[in-house]
Amino acid sequence: MKPILILSALLLLSGCSDNWGWYVVDPSTTNGANNLKFMISGAYNTILMSLTAILISVFVGLLVALPGLSSKRGWRAFNRTYVEIVRAVPILVLILWVYYGLPQISGVTLNVFWAGVLALALSDSAFQAEIFRAGIQSIGRGQYEAAQSVSLNYRDTMRYIILPQAIRRILPALGNQLVYMLKMSSLVSVIGMQELTRKANELVVSEYRPLEIYTILVLEYLVLILIVSAGVRWFERRMNASEA
Amino acid sequence: MTDAPLITMRRVSKFFGDFQALKDVSLDVALGERVVVCGPSGSGKSTLIRCINRLEAHESGEIIVDGTTLTDSAQSLDKIRANVGMVFQQFNLFPHMTVLENLTIGPRRVLGLSDADAKTRAMKYLDRVQIPDQADKYPRQLSGGQQQRVAIARSLCMEPRILLFDEPTSALDPEMIAEVLDVMTELAKSGMTMIVVTHEMGFARRVADKMVFMDKGEIVEVGAPEDVFTAPKSKRFAAFLQQILNH
Repeated sequence: MKPILILSALLLLSGCSDNWGWYVVDPSTTNGANNLKFMISGAYNTILMSLTAILISVFVGLLVALPGLSSKRGWRAFNRTYVEIVRAVPILVLILWVYYGLPQISGVTLNVFWAGVLALALSDSAFQAEIFRAGIQSIGRGQYEAAQSVSLNYRDTMRYIILPQAIRRILPALGNQLVYMLKMSSLVSVIGMQELTRKANELVVSEYRPLEIYTILVLEYLVLILIVSAGVRWFERRMNASEA
Repeated sequence: MTDAPLITMRRVSKFFGDFQALKDVSLDVALGERVVVCGPSGSGKSTLIRCINRLEAHESGEIIVDGTTLTDSAQSLDKIRANVGMVFQQFNLFPHMTVLENLTIGPRRVLGLSDADAKTRAMKYLDRVQIPDQADKYPRQLSGGQQQRVAIARSLCMEPRILLFDEPTSALDPEMIAEVLDVMTELAKSGMTMIVVTHEMGFARRVADKMVFMDKGEIVEVGAPEDVFTAPKSKRFAAFLQQILNH
């Protein structure tokens, strides 16, 4: 409580002095309104990139999680190797590697959007794999036995019996990852992706008001993530309404 | 019942690590026969029936179900599981599906029935277990007795030749045991081949053709209920009956 009080007191005091220059983002002035519009226009890429990346990472994560549950050692080894290696690479490093390094060995040049998506998705997929593995392992043996007793094969057992239950249980964790993804997408600004953080950086360079501009940036992420959180909670409630 | 038995188990053994759950167990079950298996906990009775549809794999010996020898091959497994239904102590209904969906998933995905045919079949068996009005509910909205009857109907929807029951009333409140046993009695009368692991001796006396008593992984005694209840041959069975009937 104490540090919060001190912090807000400091902010108030600095507001009284000439340190704040809110005019750069004052919507009542033409310049301020334009600056605000410029900043907010980055939201589109932030959202699009994060959503695309999370869709890919959920899919890849599931594909990596399944062999982790196999009784065969080779499959489990594949799962462990993938998770341990991918999880160990910092996202920023992965972004740089995919954008500047990958074209040299693959000959395929990715634009900043897809390089960003690929790096974010790859990095997140290792975490998704672990989340799925935990979720699937939490489903009791009885469900598999019941599925076997009506002769369902492995694919149908997973698709109709195990995964629908596992996904309900891991929804909070998936929501977490989505929030995390939105925040990590700010790192893609380093390769020039025109998303929220990049826009703010560019504005700071021309307006010389980092305090105000970055404060607005903080608020932009806050609003975005609060909306996403509310959406995830609504979805959780809806899914749970139809189940035990 | 002069044909070859529907189920033959010959010198079947099963280990869990160092613990031998089944010791050279041999048992024949004829078409239409009702077998009740009883015995103290840990005697191997659940393991015995779980070996028949290979929820547990036996290590030695031979199990033949309806002419198919049970091995790891997917073919033999599919063939046997299609013929053998199972009802579990904990019901094991699919909690995210309605009663109707629980019943139709097997017929639709495994037997290839159309949605409409699967539904007709499901309603037929829900009628038979006397809860057709619960079709659109989720398992958690039902009482334990109703859930177990849904589980029985789910097995019946696959139209198996053999039904295995693994302590079907042990997880139920006393007032719900009767409704499940009634359904099972009616099934027995219809000629279904059944192997039932249970401590419900009243039910055993009413419907069993054959009583099997197990202890420490072995079949200790096999006989007609009217014989074994009045004059058990082994001391262990006599002691077990004493305990279970006099409390």
